[in-house]
Amino acid sequence: MSGEIIAAALVNGLLTGGVYALVALGLTLIYGVLHIVNFAHGSLLMLAMFAAYLMATWAGIDPYLGLPLVAALMFAVGWGLYRFVIGPVSRGEDRALLLATLGLAVVLDNLALVLFTGDTRQLETPLTFAMWQVGPLLLSVPKLISFAVALVLACVLWAFMALTDTGRAIRAVAREPEGARLMGIRPQRMFALAYGIGVACLGAAACLLLPSFYVAPSVGNVFMLVAFTIVVLGGMGSFPGAMLGGLLIGVTESLGGLFLGESLGPICISVVFIAVLLLRPTGLFGAAR
Amino acid sequence: MADPPLPPEPLLPAPLLQAPLLQVCGLHAGYGPFEVLHGIDIDVGAGEIVAVLGANGVGKTTLNRALSGLIRPRAGSIGFAGADITGAGTHDIVAAGLIHVPEGRRIFPTLSVRDNLRLGAYLRGRAERARSFEQVLELFPRLRERLAQHAGSLSGGEQQMLAIGRGLMARPRLLILDEPSLGLSPLLTEELFALIASLHADGLAVLLVEQNVVQSLAIAARAYVIEHGRVVLAGPAAALAGDPRLKAAYLGL
Repeated sequence: MSGEIIAAALVNGLLTGGVYALVALGLTLIYGVLHIVNFAHGSLLMLAMFAAYLMATWAGIDPYLGLPLVAALMFAVGWGLYRFVIGPVSRGEDRALLLATLGLAVVLDNLALVLFTGDTRQLETPLTFAMWQVGPLLLSVPKLISFAVALVLACVLWAFMALTDTGRAIRAVAREPEGARLMGIRPQRMFALAYGIGVACLGAAACLLLPSFYVAPSVGNVFMLVAFTIVVLGGMGSFPGAMLGGLLIGVTESLGGLFLGESLGPICISVVFIAVLLLRPTGLFGAAR
Repeated sequence: MADPPLPPEPLLPAPLLQAPLLQVCGLHAGYGPFEVLHGIDIDVGAGEIVAVLGANGVGKTTLNRALSGLIRPRAGSIGFAGADITGAGTHDIVAAGLIHVPEGRRIFPTLSVRDNLRLGAYLRGRAERARSFEQVLELFPRLRERLAQHAGSLSGGEQQMLAIGRGLMARPRLLILDEPSLGLSPLLTEELFALIASLHADGLAVLLVEQNVVQSLAIAARAYVIEHGRVVLAGPAAALAGDPRLKAAYLGL
């Protein structure tokens, strides 16, 4: 096998990893603040992809231009879901919170099946098949764009959490909700905000994926498993962990596919996953609790 | 044109000398089926140090939690700075200037010392925050050296300072200190009580909930002794210090 093919697979995997990281970032944020795995994550990504798809087919808005719109819409969806469904249903109990997100996933998936049937759809934008020649490498333009935008969004999110009052309040509530209340912070608002931001990441990811990925009611499952793997691999609740984990899984998947074929390739993800957890049970950036 | 420098404002407000700052009447509170407080009457004047004493489990912490809105009172009323705050949300109570430094500190361990202090002034404006920040660091020079450290890496004494400093960042009119000397060495406890006395000298009202009876009575003007969710003894600190009933309350006789 030539070095060029391997290099191409490596770069391709890295580029795909950017969107994986963005999806995982939303999941790790929700885990870090609410201490639950958001089982509705994949279904909400599917919802966002359909929103972007419909916007493109009905209103003719290019997914890249529609990104802020879909992200804002998904923030509103996430915020509302926490405020009116997940929060009230759980009454502060983690176990109930977990079940609420699982129930939400079932409802959303089946609702999508009713509305859109199980068909697979593909959106074709002017950039769908665009390629960019860099030396010997042929790079997919939509993947390059998605990688760059995902990286920028991750930095924006990091800055928001580290440098703004609201971001600090969210981090404070994550570990010490009662202490935060005594400073005048309202934990339920911060939880709704964190859930909304986590889901807004999916809105952005959906728009980045759409030009090069199919849409179907079951599409969320593909990403749910990958995102969950990344979050555990990177260290639950860790931002840099989700970023690095996303890129690592992207590359692993791509190289695995190259050497073992499409059907056997995904084994490599599990192998890397298990290997990392054997060496570092808390994940790459996980803090021992 | 640059503004002329403002004269430094005191960290603490001037005492108001009319109605008590905090007035608690017939307060009942508890958890689930258990009522812990069975009708408590307490008041704290502006700029006054008042001690609340009592053995473990008599309801002192429940009283604090009801005052700061962490739990909802079942009956009775709480008046603060001329307003009725019974059943108000914690954020409104904090905004009014009643700040509770809880037992166990409840600092944010994964945030830096600087961010902990910043969040203390969460409801305050930027200018006010910058001023409080400098004043708190003057009060606790040791925190200045640790500003960039995670709060969780501080020693117990430093964490207690941070908790009090974070409370002061909110520019309180009344500071509730719940067991501030718990887990501190005798030397640090001494320092802590000197600090409380100096805050009082600046005009801050303090409700001091303590197991450390002798030192509490030494700096408080008045004290209440709680037993089984009721005030069983109240009066000037000096008079209570020699009262045999105080010892009885502690021994639960």
